[in-house]
Amino acid sequence: MSITIQNINKTFGKFQALNNVSLDIPEGKLTALLGPSGSGKTTLLRIIAGLESSDAGKILFGGEDVSHLHVRNRNIGFVFQHYALFRHLTVAQNIAFGLESLPRKERPSKQDIAQRVDKLLEMIQLPQLADRYPSQLSGGQKQRVALARALATQPRILLLDEPFGALDAKVRKDLRRWLRALHDEYHFTSIFVTHDQEEALELSDQVVVMSQGKVEQVDSPAQLYARPDSRFVFDFLGHVNVLSGVVKSQKLVQGDAWVSLPGTRGDQEAQLYLRPHEVQLSRSPSTHARLPLRIQSISLIGSEVRLELAPEGWESSELWETGMSHGEFAQQNPTRGELWYAVPSVGHLFEANSHQPRTVDWNFQDAANASSM
Amino acid sequence: MSVSAQTSVAPVRRFSGRSKRVLPGFGLSLGISLFFVSLVLLLPLTGLVVETSGMTWDQFVFTITDPRVIESYKVTAWTALAASLFNGVFGLLLAWVLVRYEFPGKRLIDAVVDLPFALPTAVAGITLATLFAQNGWYGQWLDKLGVEVAFTPIGIVVAMAFTSIPFVVRTVQPVLEELSPADEEAAVSLGASDGRVFRKVIFPSLWPALVTGVALSFTRSLGEFGAIIFIAGNTPYVSEVTSLMIFIRLQEYDYAAASAIASMVLLVSLILLFAINVWQSRFLRRLEGR
Repeated sequence: MSITIQNINKTFGKFQALNNVSLDIPEGKLTALLGPSGSGKTTLLRIIAGLESSDAGKILFGGEDVSHLHVRNRNIGFVFQHYALFRHLTVAQNIAFGLESLPRKERPSKQDIAQRVDKLLEMIQLPQLADRYPSQLSGGQKQRVALARALATQPRILLLDEPFGALDAKVRKDLRRWLRALHDEYHFTSIFVTHDQEEALELSDQVVVMSQGKVEQVDSPAQLYARPDSRFVFDFLGHVNVLSGVVKSQKLVQGDAWVSLPGTRGDQEAQLYLRPHEVQLSRSPSTHARLPLRIQSISLIGSEVRLELAPEGWESSELWETGMSHGEFAQQNPTRGELWYAVPSVGHLFEANSHQPRTVDWNFQDAANASSM
Repeated sequence: MSVSAQTSVAPVRRFSGRSKRVLPGFGLSLGISLFFVSLVLLLPLTGLVVETSGMTWDQFVFTITDPRVIESYKVTAWTALAASLFNGVFGLLLAWVLVRYEFPGKRLIDAVVDLPFALPTAVAGITLATLFAQNGWYGQWLDKLGVEVAFTPIGIVVAMAFTSIPFVVRTVQPVLEELSPADEEAAVSLGASDGRVFRKVIFPSLWPALVTGVALSFTRSLGEFGAIIFIAGNTPYVSEVTSLMIFIRLQEYDYAAASAIASMVLLVSLILLFAINVWQSRFLRRLEGR
């Protein structure tokens, strides 16, 4: 069942939690609501669920207006960050709760309920824990039970509020994969809230990035990472290296650093955003950029060597970061404290008067320059 | 062990437990606490037993089974039960309102709940007697309805309920506050009706505290004296409570009989307290994992 969100507004006192949010959630897909705390993502999820009411706007489930429908009649499954299992009920009783809450006419018989519970226990791979109490389970197990409980009544829509937020890293990863597999098998329409970019990009089919009560960008994970269309999304999704300076005679200049930018008009402030993988290191400046950096730290763990670099003779609010393969690292042997030069291949330029970035490709330009001159 | 060995080697003490403690003064503080507990609690208890030990078994049985005393047990028991059950309902409601809703004057009401603790019980008794007397503010209206409160067992119930309501409110309140709203939201999102949410989600977490509160209220009511004697009328066989019987025996300089009756009250109170604690710890063990 698809979800349509139309012009939703919500204020808490003077705080505007949601500012005219409109959104389409496709059927059968896993959608992530991603944003920093206070961005309104949880509020939006709760409004979709009906746990919170909006001040204005509409929510439609498959074309049907449910804005004024009570939570209990919306037929949604909701999973809470802190599980919200009923402490005094066993795992099986917890899972059966929704089925037993159905009006008498629709309620399955006792045997049917027991069967359904068994099936769900099978699905969450915890059949041996049916008679345990929640306090006897680990965090990961609790969240699985919570999920089974939410799915027991076969809801049209599954909503998850930071479902992995309270779990430790290892369990989180396992559960993430498991949820993805479960989703691929059953294809329910689901929305989950997270502030973890990695989680959002890894798990979802579609990511909705939110900030200050507004939707910043809606895209597939790959598109979102490759083509962020605002400074905020850039900053929020993974690390980004920033050179902010002034454009003078087709160069972006700050202190000792400059990058050539053919085709720019002069005398305006601008920022160049570079992902770590869009920057290579070299012992000497290139023809199109001079970005002196001193190596601050080298991290060898992982599939790539990660280097943190401090600007030399210019400034950046955060350290620069880049990676190189282990083979390259062994060959070039950079050491801490050495001065190196960053050579950008592709960059994203934000000019003073525009919110949208312009992509700059130096490889392409170098080639073009070489052929034209 | 030589002195040098003691200083060079990591100190090995005879009481291995002691070296593990970080906070100093365990022995001293425990000693003082125990001393005061015995002074406050054990001494009077012992006194009571010593006083009654002057009696023979037959005398003891005769004193505590005197028909007038027996009648006072009955009156005390049923009035205390009625008062604590009333408090169970009303106290739960009060705690619910104080935790769940925001309204002007909430802080004031929250503070007023403790008033019965702070107020001298005699003052409470006189006030209640004045209010509920046939010409009192409440009494004149109740009189028209044909209900007599002052100087009847109902008056005892009123006095008991008044003095022991904070027990219920103050035991239920923190539990209610700790209830996670997510639990209720989870239940509602699963389609449960409001009634079902209360019965299946809220009440099960609440009722251990409620039972404790009611039991404490009951135990307190069993021994209430000051507030009751002004409003009860104290008619023998009708509206005399057990604590009044103790007082009457004391006035007759029959210390042994007073102690004998007192020891019965004490016994019942202790058994009740003990039972509450055992029951509660069993219940909590299940919720917090074995």
